[in-house]
Amino acid sequence: MAKLFIDGVAHEVNEGENLLHSVLSQQLDLPYFCWHPSLGSIGACRQCAVISYANEEDTRGRLMMACMTSVTDGMRISLKAPLAENFRTTVIEWLMENHPHDCPVCEEGGECHLQDMTVMTGHSFRRYQGPKRTWQNQDLGPFIGHEMNRCITCYRCVRFYDDYAGGTDLAALGSRDRMFFGRFEDGTLESEFAGNLVEVCPTGVFTDKPFAQSYTRKWDLQTAPSVCTHCSVGCNVFPAERYGEFRRITNRYHVEINGYFLCDRGRFGTHFVNHVKRIKHAGIKESDNIFEFGDPDRAIEQAASLVDDHTIGIGSPRASFENNFALRELVGKENFCIGVNDQELEILNAIIKVLQSDEIHTPTLQEVEQADAIFIVGEDISNTAARTALSVRQATRLVSLELAKNAAIPTWQDAGVRDHAQHERNPLFIATPAATRLDDIAKDTFSGSVNDILDVVYTVSDHITDETTDEQQFAHQVAQALCNAKRPLVITGSGLASVDLIHAATHLCAKLNDTGVKISLLVVPPEVNSIGVALLGGDVSLSSALTRITAGSSAIVMENDLYQRESKATLDKALESSKLVVLDHLEHSTVEHATVVFPATTIVEQSGTMVNYESRAQRSFQVFEAKSEIQPAWKWLNEIATKLAKPLGWNTYEELLDRCAESTYAELLEVAPSADYRIRGALRVPRQTHRYSGRTAMHADVNIHEPKTKVDPDTPLSYSMEGLNPGTQNGATIPYTWSPGWNSNQSVFKFQQEVGGKLVSGDPGLRLITPNGMKLPRESKNALSNDRNDNTLEVIPIHQVFGSGELSNYSWPIQARSPTPCVLFNQADAEKLRLAVGSGAKVAGLTESLEVKVDTRIPAGLIGVPANLFREMGSTLGFDQIDHDPDFVAKSKTSENLIAKG
Amino acid sequence: MFSQLRTLWTVFIHLFQRNETVKYPEEMPYQAPRYRGRIILTRDPDGEERCVACNLCAVACPVDCIALQKTEKEEDGRWYPEFFRINFSRCIMCGMCEEACPTYAIQLTPDFELCEYDRNNMVYEKKHLLIDGTGKYPDYSFWQVAGKTIEGKEKGQAKNELPPVDVKSLLP
Repeated sequence: MAKLFIDGVAHEVNEGENLLHSVLSQQLDLPYFCWHPSLGSIGACRQCAVISYANEEDTRGRLMMACMTSVTDGMRISLKAPLAENFRTTVIEWLMENHPHDCPVCEEGGECHLQDMTVMTGHSFRRYQGPKRTWQNQDLGPFIGHEMNRCITCYRCVRFYDDYAGGTDLAALGSRDRMFFGRFEDGTLESEFAGNLVEVCPTGVFTDKPFAQSYTRKWDLQTAPSVCTHCSVGCNVFPAERYGEFRRITNRYHVEINGYFLCDRGRFGTHFVNHVKRIKHAGIKESDNIFEFGDPDRAIEQAASLVDDHTIGIGSPRASFENNFALRELVGKENFCIGVNDQELEILNAIIKVLQSDEIHTPTLQEVEQADAIFIVGEDISNTAARTALSVRQATRLVSLELAKNAAIPTWQDAGVRDHAQHERNPLFIATPAATRLDDIAKDTFSGSVNDILDVVYTVSDHITDETTDEQQFAHQVAQALCNAKRPLVITGSGLASVDLIHAATHLCAKLNDTGVKISLLVVPPEVNSIGVALLGGDVSLSSALTRITAGSSAIVMENDLYQRESKATLDKALESSKLVVLDHLEHSTVEHATVVFPATTIVEQSGTMVNYESRAQRSFQVFEAKSEIQPAWKWLNEIATKLAKPLGWNTYEELLDRCAESTYAELLEVAPSADYRIRGALRVPRQTHRYSGRTAMHADVNIHEPKTKVDPDTPLSYSMEGLNPGTQNGATIPYTWSPGWNSNQSVFKFQQEVGGKLVSGDPGLRLITPNGMKLPRESKNALSNDRNDNTLEVIPIHQVFGSGELSNYSWPIQARSPTPCVLFNQADAEKLRLAVGSGAKVAGLTESLEVKVDTRIPAGLIGVPANLFREMGSTLGFDQIDHDPDFVAKSKTSENLIAKG
Repeated sequence: MFSQLRTLWTVFIHLFQRNETVKYPEEMPYQAPRYRGRIILTRDPDGEERCVACNLCAVACPVDCIALQKTEKEEDGRWYPEFFRINFSRCIMCGMCEEACPTYAIQLTPDFELCEYDRNNMVYEKKHLLIDGTGKYPDYSFWQVAGKTIEGKEKGQAKNELPPVDVKSLLP
């Protein structure tokens, strides 16, 4: 700790940090642009000037850039000295010289860092009357809008996109005052983290394109703290609503998980809420196979008549913990199936064993960023849990911080650290069937089938104790790197649908543990609440559930499209004459088989708990009221139970949660404060900002009398602007970040204990699994058959960050961004089949043709198919089962693909 | 006594003074052009809607009686309100919306005659608010000043703009 005197007042700050970081950590206001807590300092904008005094007698001082100055003990600075204030105002005036008169038609307006800083420095009148510079814009794809005129050349975009996220197609181009931040030519930004540019850019150069279509100012959005549902990482997000419609997702800071950044599936994947296929009314299937909607009471009656003691309840890993619990209560554990196929169930149980073991630590993403050697086993994390890949990328930079320290370069001195380290990176090894987007930073990669990878993992385990083998060999390198590391990490997952991979990775970690290396293991489960639903558990597997349905049992399927779980053939047969009650958001294939269908709320329209890969339970609060008859599944289930004269005993979410916590995990009550939580003893947390507009006009077309503000019985949040969002409240209840003078998302530092640190009252979420001392089995390798038949291809599931997420596939921006479903070949195999890259391939068992792609890494004898078609085919395909499709056209981005906006 | 006589005299004198009462509505009183009455939405000199749906009037409104939604014409890139609603039964004619408007779209007029038997009729939609003229500011066109491109005004063609820079130039 060091003593820093700011305008004569002593503050305790960390020595060695930069001044700007320290000043902001004291919650003081100091304007800045180019500095970012995750990106460090480069001193490009000259905005954070302060006066530094040599000693107590020094009254004159000298001007210096706060972000480029290390804090030393006893340092004296002034933020308010007239010279510094005047300098900062002048810098803003220069930056604003060419800024267009765009604010009213700019999507950043109202949450613009440039606006905030301009107001903060006091620059209010334009003196420069000369002509303004202009630029041409680029089309950067369906996610990001580009308006280059608004640029202030802070370089944050390229520093995030290239340096932080490893993108290659965004650059600072041109020279002099012609600097241009964009692509070499028009085209979609390739990185799956491009969406963060919207939040990283301090002005309106990069904007959220889907949001811009039905744009609403930040102050008019109703938001609540929520959790992203598009993978198992459980990033914290702020979904926003206006006029009863979902509008956008922005990042909600969580130091241990997503920090300041989200992936684009998370940011743009939630537009499915407004999809035209949303089920809005309860429906009963009439004899002519057509649903009759609009009579919920009759639907409940009909559903109740189908439910008996043998009714199967099929839950879902994408439904909340409470909803799954409600269904389990209704049908009983003996009739409850968690809604994943048998293979996946086995994987989830293996993951839970890992989480329960105290030999192996499951890291948070913050801990992933501290891992100094990483071995990725089989999982393409850039596509299955993209945010993890961003953390892995940061982890490989640890050595540069180490090198910088040795060269006396402060770690926040971003340009210096990078230049000094050059291409030095921490070891990252990837063993996957095909190329991944992390290959560029990997020390070495290995390509092979699941069995090949298993082989490698077991060989690595053997190499840990055995020193004799070839230096060049992949397994040997991995073993060495893991043994020499201080905080080694192994990452695997369910992506290849093989439980053996998880066993192998566990075995490797256990072996390393025996040698005294403290190792972490991150296993990526398939979906947002996979771990939660697996912890809840059910006695019925999906296969036996389907057998029982075929035999005549009725079933309740909740928030689950079974066609995503099993092959179409199996399900068509099982559900042919079934008695199904389906509760879900969207009309999917399972709904077609339903006898009764109920409209269920999505994550943003209900409160619920999701359990992420590290078994962290996180509460997501309802953002807005769903339209028409749409209700949370637990409400529908209770109504059905009440009809059966055995009510489940809850009427509000609070009561459900109490029951749930009582019979499962008491920690669920600690995850977020209960509905009676009040700030300063009296105030709720508002979902609306204090500037929320249109209150007396927005409903006036329907009814001139303003509706009574809805009282929220379920959460400590209010559906109004009344209340307080001071930032000191429980971290799980922060509905948006705003602070006087800080309208943009940069205001988040006012909610942190220290810049880039924990939230003021701690970070939300609790791990449900506490290691119970269970020892992991040290299995030896099973005999693996690695000999492939020359005439067959082994099928490997290939995941896509845009295209493999069930719900995000209903989101129109994701649809626009998703590549044509493709099939991956080795060059030799493609030639053997006479399939040209880009042409169509007809694969036996699939109705639609796939685009042929040749992967640089996939070995001969393997074929990669889209993960969501994997279940439709066997484990191998004969060469004769693949044909050229002459009529194939790659998915055109027609407007028809885009209209499903609702 | 004197006081009473003086009062009688004062009253008598009033018989010969100008009558202050006007026969409204046959006879209309003078309304200054800056009088703050019924709100209108005006058009650009080129006849297009002036409102760019920036939401500043709505947020400035102390009684929150303005609600609107931004949308965009795909062909010409102009922002405009998909709907624009003023609930005049809540409006207090304070004129804050007019002051907040960066495009001179929303203007208050001298028309003060807003009475209805049915309160529902006090809800004005865009079709009720939008007039054909430019109102008090005949020459101002926001899009000619703004940097954003619309149809017929490319980058560099707005007022006081240089032509777009040549990014590929390496000249010092």
